[in-house]
Amino acid sequence: MKIVVCLKQVPARDSLLRLNSAGTWIQETDISFEVNEPDIYALEEALRLKESQGGEVVVCSLGPARAQQAIKEALAKGADRALHLDDPAFANLDSFGIARAMAKALDAEKPDLIVTGLQSDDFGAAQTGVILAELMGLPHSTIIMAIEVQGSAIKVKRELEAGFFQFIEMSLPALLTIQSGINKPRYATLKGIMAAKNKPLKKLGMADLGLSAADLAPRQKFTRVYVPEKRSKTEFFEGGGKDVAAKLVDKLKNEARVL
Amino acid sequence: MFPFHGVDFLEFDSLLSDEERLVRQTVREFVDKEVLPGIEEWNREAKFPKHLVPMMAELGFFGANLTGYGCAEMSNVEYGLIMQELERGDSGLRSFVSVQGALVMYPIHAYGSDEQKEKWLPAMQQGTAIGCFGLTEPDFGSNPGGMRTRARKDGDDFILNGEKAWITSGTIADVAVVWARTEEGIRGFLVEKGTPGFTSKDIKGKWSLRASVTSTLALQDVRVPASAMLPCAKGLKAPLSCLTQARYGIGWGAVGAAMACYNEALEYAKTRKQFDDKPIAAHQLIQAKLADMITEITKGQLLALQVGRLKDKGRAEPVHVSMLKRNNVKIALDIARAARDILGANGVADEYPIFRHMCNLESVFTYEGTHNIHTLAIGETVTGIPAYR
Repeated sequence: MKIVVCLKQVPARDSLLRLNSAGTWIQETDISFEVNEPDIYALEEALRLKESQGGEVVVCSLGPARAQQAIKEALAKGADRALHLDDPAFANLDSFGIARAMAKALDAEKPDLIVTGLQSDDFGAAQTGVILAELMGLPHSTIIMAIEVQGSAIKVKRELEAGFFQFIEMSLPALLTIQSGINKPRYATLKGIMAAKNKPLKKLGMADLGLSAADLAPRQKFTRVYVPEKRSKTEFFEGGGKDVAAKLVDKLKNEARVL
Repeated sequence: MFPFHGVDFLEFDSLLSDEERLVRQTVREFVDKEVLPGIEEWNREAKFPKHLVPMMAELGFFGANLTGYGCAEMSNVEYGLIMQELERGDSGLRSFVSVQGALVMYPIHAYGSDEQKEKWLPAMQQGTAIGCFGLTEPDFGSNPGGMRTRARKDGDDFILNGEKAWITSGTIADVAVVWARTEEGIRGFLVEKGTPGFTSKDIKGKWSLRASVTSTLALQDVRVPASAMLPCAKGLKAPLSCLTQARYGIGWGAVGAAMACYNEALEYAKTRKQFDDKPIAAHQLIQAKLADMITEITKGQLLALQVGRLKDKGRAEPVHVSMLKRNNVKIALDIARAARDILGANGVADEYPIFRHMCNLESVFTYEGTHNIHTLAIGETVTGIPAYR
């Protein structure tokens, strides 16, 4: 079974975030990065499937040079090789652009299964996985809690709301987005970290993928990112007791929303 | 205890490779998930967390900077980062790993016969065998050359007599590296658990390193074959070379303990309010302490890294390691005490890790070459005049 894990490097949890000077995203120079948490669970699922079914785990990540740290972590944990989509033109892509670049890279791989986290901890759009499936013409299923291989097909457990689950049988190849917390991710062993140094890591730029800037043009962009503004306001009501009480209740109900 | 996200004031991480950061991450996660949830209880009950040995072995912590025999073949900087993170958890746990790797596996690796290496190194790397290092005696600490333990040749065997004290992992060890005086000077012997005449006893009532085992070893007419002697370890410089390995790790480890205390004090100071509804972190006296702490940690990190890089190039001298150990343990102890002060009464409770680190560091200050002895080692280097006596 050839399994591709798409993973993203995101700012480390609890980082002290500062906005960039343009006010369009965070300043990335003085924070540390880590593998997007849901992707860690996706990687662990892939490694377990490889251990039970045999085959190969290929990790694919789009990001600047620093993303190699995330890729190496996946290789250290047991992925066999990696594709690093890195090109100055890949900065500031939206979910569609990322999915489009990945689709080009993964079409050539012809994987049996693609797994990725259900969303990223930075943007939280939960779009890249499903768009990637559509672009590659693959069936997909989201928020997966368990994967069971049944010959050339899989049965997956999908989380719905209010404690309900859905069980779906799917043919392969397919794409799944994985829910956090479904397994106990392994540590990268020290020997694994050493072994990762010799695993193939292929870099692919825009030209390698046969794409142009126009193909990747964002469909959405951030116009302003800001820290929630604190405002305090005092209002005096005038009039008789009854009127004032009615106004107060209205304000508390509809503006302050505390009633 | 507050969550820990690393301490990096001066873009220290930019001096590390991806692999070095990954190694640190593995150990950091291990400590967060496996050590910190239980450490206060183990410390309180003076219990060594032996159940962690198999996992630490699997992750590759034992003899991590040695080559072959299943060892992880880490660089010295990577090894140092492992020690840093382990000691952020607990100095006792780091001591166990130091002894296993630097004081037992290292001498077997450096001075042992092929048979000794084959027998012990893979088992020790896998954590199925535990080792201890017997150099210090009840009456000889800073002056190991005065040791009274003797190994007398008797036919093809040696007969060992003597006593060793302050031996980490003594009673849980499967093998002890025992240093003894022979007719041809100081030699090392591998004495296996259960050898007739060889006994060990735990030292009770420690206020420090409570989560690790500290023992005395007694050797009474212990007969070992000549093949138990480390063939290439001749003279006092052999055990001293082991200590250089171990104290290199301590120099990093102390930074970890300091980081744990600093992180705790900083987070506490930002949330604890006392006057005028302001956090105590808003007061100048607290800020002065925090500024001193982060400055010393940053200097300690850079010192450790430079000694590590030199060690990787084969250019670290024992006195460089003396400076590393001396400085970093001292600043860690000072930071632990200042952190305790910032936490006020809470600083003495084991709801917070600070007092444990502080007590642990009192031992670390003394063992593996006391602060004073390293002062004299540096003094001798810069003046050319030994001043030990």
